[in-house]
Amino acid sequence: MSAPLNMRTPMRRVRGLGAAHSGTGHFWHQRLTSVAGVPLTIALVVIVIALLGRSHAAVVQILGSPLIAILLLLFIINGAYHMWIGMQEIILDYVHDDKWKLPALIANTFYVVLVAFAAVYAILKLSFGV
Amino acid sequence: MSELDAGTAQRARPLSPHLKIYRPMLTMMMSIVHRITGAGLYFGLLLLAWWLIAAASGPNAYSAFEWFMGTLLGRVILFGYTWALLHHMLGGIRHLIWDTLHGLEPAERELLTLSTLIGSVALTLVLWVIGYLAMGGPQ
Repeated sequence: MSAPLNMRTPMRRVRGLGAAHSGTGHFWHQRLTSVAGVPLTIALVVIVIALLGRSHAAVVQILGSPLIAILLLLFIINGAYHMWIGMQEIILDYVHDDKWKLPALIANTFYVVLVAFAAVYAILKLSFGV
Repeated sequence: MSELDAGTAQRARPLSPHLKIYRPMLTMMMSIVHRITGAGLYFGLLLLAWWLIAAASGPNAYSAFEWFMGTLLGRVILFGYTWALLHHMLGGIRHLIWDTLHGLEPAERELLTLSTLIGSVALTLVLWVIGYLAMGGPQ
């Protein structure tokens, strides 16, 4: 077998993990969260339709029930990570000036953490009362 | 100053042509729409957070949310959010199929792309009819 005279193994290239030092981590996580997102999105749609037109008291009771709360928490955490990666990708595609790129990346992280944390807090409050 | 000096630096350098030389194609438009709906959903999370926070805050906050969703602007935003969510979900499934190297032949990819578009519009309308009936239907 006349193999090319190259003693390097793929490990040589993988070790450095490219310029971002995380390799294809975000690419893979974006697919992982998209697979999880399909059933969770269907769950969200069903929950919202089931709650339409109900009184505040009924909505609070249903949103705080374990199964519904767990599904919503998963939707928000999974979705927040998915959209954090997605918006970072959009920023890196279109914003080339460092003067704007870094603030945009920081704002992306702050926005996602803030909104996701607020939504998670609301679900936990609905679940555990007070 | 010679003509040459006048400015290799200043003169606009030729760029290789990109987007504008292509005839718009369905797969390409849907790729752009996938990104736009994703960006829309990014800000749409505010809506979901507002809903949950309002429910957790009490009846007054919740009725304020319900009032806004009952206005024309609220309805339009919610309708757009519904379509963007479903379109992004179906488009995502299409991309997952393509990730497995299936459905990439010309006829297949056109069919997949067209079905996500038709599917998302049809599903949105069906869900809104169900929602309309759940809210009490025609009164």
